[in-house]
Amino acid sequence: MERYRILPHTADGKFQAYGKTLEEAFGNAALATASLMWDWAAVEAKVRHFVHVTGADREQILVKFLGEVIYLFETRQFLLAKVDGLRIRPQFEGLNLEAVLGGETLAPRHEIYGDVKAVTYHDLKIEECDGFTVQVVVDM
Amino acid sequence: MDLRKIDDNTWEIPAEGGMKVPARIYASARLLEDIHRDQTLVQARNVACLPGIERRSFVMPDAHQGYGFPIGGVAAFDLDGGIISPGGVGYDINCGVRLLRTAFNEADVASKKRELLAEIFREVPAGVGKGGVTKLSRAVLGDILVKGAEWAVENGYGRKEDLERTEEGGRMKDASAEDVSERAMERGVPQLGTLGSGNHFLEIQKVHEIYDAATARAFGLESPGQVLVMIHCGSRGLGHQVATDFIETMEDAFGVAGLPDRELVHAPFNSVEGQRYYRAMCAAVNYAFANRQMIAHWVRDVFARVLGTSKGMDQIYDVCHNVAKVEEHEAGGRSKRLIVHRKGATRSFGPGRPEVPAVYRAIGQPVIIPGSMGTASYLLAGTKEAEALSFGSTAHGAGRVMSRHEALRRFRGEKIRDDLARRGIELKSTSMKGLAEEASEAYKDVDEVVRVSNEVGLGRVVARLIPLGVMKG
Repeated sequence: MERYRILPHTADGKFQAYGKTLEEAFGNAALATASLMWDWAAVEAKVRHFVHVTGADREQILVKFLGEVIYLFETRQFLLAKVDGLRIRPQFEGLNLEAVLGGETLAPRHEIYGDVKAVTYHDLKIEECDGFTVQVVVDM
Repeated sequence: MDLRKIDDNTWEIPAEGGMKVPARIYASARLLEDIHRDQTLVQARNVACLPGIERRSFVMPDAHQGYGFPIGGVAAFDLDGGIISPGGVGYDINCGVRLLRTAFNEADVASKKRELLAEIFREVPAGVGKGGVTKLSRAVLGDILVKGAEWAVENGYGRKEDLERTEEGGRMKDASAEDVSERAMERGVPQLGTLGSGNHFLEIQKVHEIYDAATARAFGLESPGQVLVMIHCGSRGLGHQVATDFIETMEDAFGVAGLPDRELVHAPFNSVEGQRYYRAMCAAVNYAFANRQMIAHWVRDVFARVLGTSKGMDQIYDVCHNVAKVEEHEAGGRSKRLIVHRKGATRSFGPGRPEVPAVYRAIGQPVIIPGSMGTASYLLAGTKEAEALSFGSTAHGAGRVMSRHEALRRFRGEKIRDDLARRGIELKSTSMKGLAEEASEAYKDVDEVVRVSNEVGLGRVVARLIPLGVMKG
């Protein structure tokens, strides 16, 4: 099954990510985000970062989860290659998400070809129909 | 959609449905064609529905679709009944442009161009993730957020005169570091003094043509061939995080029910959340001013080293094109203070405004409009008419017409590099793929954008500048 598809958008980055479950679609969305900056398939899962985000709804935890990919890159030079153990659970009046991100620390052999500045709510969609599709626009 | 032609370069969507004011578009038929192709006009209409909007929702000639607000959008809101919106400023808070003149002409640098660019590429960290040269402590970053370019000058980056030739004097006074999150600070620490990538660039340019000799002279331009340096960058991850944080804060406080787009989330300007965002945004603006101040300093250092001197490398001006500011404007038949959002739009104040530095107050502020990579850029002067037309605003660049994805499919970085070389333009870039995404064909025609700006009176064209060397992050 296709993990994600990059869609045309005039100024920014737009993609749809797919999964049999919401969790799988979210994990693929993280890889799609990474693919706008580096080739995640050429990165090995050597170091791991545990991420945990909470939010009011599915849209908010998705935006915050993808924000972790950018945050870890900018502050830890971490290049995502793999998403493991992604779990989404209800918490209080909202949701929480946990995942383990595998990847490498930026090295000269890696090419960074894009700069994802932020994850937006613009045109954000989370749809369930024979599995899950999430659509995201990121600011580049 | 009811789009009415007012004249050749002016179009209007009357207030209908939830719109509180009409939407006004400044574009030629040719530019409107591009604007029509995406969601720009729908977004301009959505902005016209926001509480407390004054006069009109304005769209500049280089506009394209954004998220929530269009890029190239200008909207002003009443301070009491109106709102402030992070989406009306954009993620790259105080993305802006700084222009330095030099006392060199094209012939002086011809044999040293490659060396100049190579040295600048070494001195100014470019692409993402490289980190700045300054190991910053959190306390120092707090100081930068409050003092902006003033901090940089106090710490040996550049000259005191640079500050008067920077919008806001390089420091927004309402900034507060306490309203900037820990996470934003963390993203800001390693990136101070970096150019960033994407559409950000640093160019060595020359004056190609002067249209208004007297104004050009007042801005420090003497004749065609004179060498200039243009720096285009913003507040990096710190600003992006401030925007992200306050979109969430405002969602949590005010909800998103009824919004046609979640990115239109806003808070009353005078609410706790509205004021906190405003102060944090000002802090991010200051970070970007400091950033460009440091980069300009390193560029002068390189010129001094390679060409023997940096004498005459005075700053012409530094403009921000993603910002919200409190300004005095006419609205409802009287003068009042408004919170003016410019997202992908440049302030274009004419003669007499107190915000325009004393050296330029008799002629209007310099307005710097960068083109896309390898094409022309322009220097304009602000006009009195622009205050009535667009709250004193004009375009900010060429504006994309093609997605990055499409550009990648169509162009090769290597080919673009070779084409530039054939035209005598040196290039330094961190990524060939990144280069392809910024191909000039992916942008609107900057000449047309400036022509319309000049014809409408949003900004008076002074000079056309073309690149000699391009550094792209």
